[in-house]
Amino acid sequence: MHVRRLVPALAGAVAFAVAPPTASAAQKIVPAQSEVSFVSKQMGVPVQGKFERFDGQVNIDPARPESGRVSFTVDLSSVAIATAEAVAELKKPDWFGVAKFPAATFQSSSIKSLGNNRIDVIGKLTIKGITNEIHVPMTLAQQGGTLKASGEFTIKRLDYKIGAGEWGDTSLVANEVVVKPRLTLQGVPTQ
Amino acid sequence: MTLFAAARTATRISAPTHYTATAVILHWMMALLIIGALCVGWTMADLPLSPTRVRLFNYHKWVGITILSLAAARLLWRLFHQPPPLPDALPSWQRRAARAVHRLLYALFFAAPLAGWAFTSAAGFPVVYLGVIPLPDWVPVDKVLAEQLATLHAVLAYGLAAVVALHIAATIKHALEERAAGCMRRMLALRP
Repeated sequence: MHVRRLVPALAGAVAFAVAPPTASAAQKIVPAQSEVSFVSKQMGVPVQGKFERFDGQVNIDPARPESGRVSFTVDLSSVAIATAEAVAELKKPDWFGVAKFPAATFQSSSIKSLGNNRIDVIGKLTIKGITNEIHVPMTLAQQGGTLKASGEFTIKRLDYKIGAGEWGDTSLVANEVVVKPRLTLQGVPTQ
Repeated sequence: MTLFAAARTATRISAPTHYTATAVILHWMMALLIIGALCVGWTMADLPLSPTRVRLFNYHKWVGITILSLAAARLLWRLFHQPPPLPDALPSWQRRAARAVHRLLYALFFAAPLAGWAFTSAAGFPVVYLGVIPLPDWVPVDKVLAEQLATLHAVLAYGLAAVVALHIAATIKHALEERAAGCMRRMLALRP
């Protein structure tokens, strides 16, 4: 798995959006121990996929989650799914349209503590130029300066025009797609 | 009368003259589904990825599981319900051929769908019957295994198609012979 700098303009935008004055030094995402996977259903059949490349600026202090910030980008052209044919299909304009929209971005607006090492990351998800507010509930597990944050959220693919046209029939490909980020962060403040 | 002939006559007396209604219905349901599955399977295999391909694959999988279930029901029914005996006039080689074809048909009713089920599981696309009931995977997701199972499924499906063709050909042959016999009797009968 490679985490690679995405389009420079995008990286610039992300860097600008982050840099909160109160945040501690940026935490580092460990790519080999992180994953962004998803499950989509085709006529009831769960089909798993994941993104090989993603990057982000994450600051989560488990002791004070509210002070945290998350901004994250996913390289949509790095999609990996069962067959090469399906990968090629997903890059087409009807799906992700990677030529025009290379990345999906998430920018947190607030983080709420749910107690029990659980947090709710609220923010804006942008795919194909369409932005919606989403909630990403995550479970945290800290060990020294390493934090594992794993979550699961559901998006409606048609809200972002993913799989439009002849694939728009939700009895064929379900509208709901479950996305599962599993991140390992280093440089997390210890008490 | 030899003992063998006596035994056969005794069997004949107790033997049914027809298949049971259940057996007949199971036969024709499976005939339709198997021919359907073969046609859909043949059509879909080389289609490029499209909504039609996804639909056909799922329909094919559902039909295959239905065939498998009906095959199990039919085998159980057959074990407890004796089929009518073959006509006495049938030459012994044809008798043996008929038995072999029927055994092969039953074996393939199970083998072909099971290989297809294993193939789709290994390929990472589990079977969800009618889009509602998820069926268990009994092989691991494995690309190489999936390719091998795809070949096995194709061989078994072609085999089933061939044996079905043989079964139909034999039926046509006997139907024609019976009719021909009738025709010839008419022609041979010298009546004023």
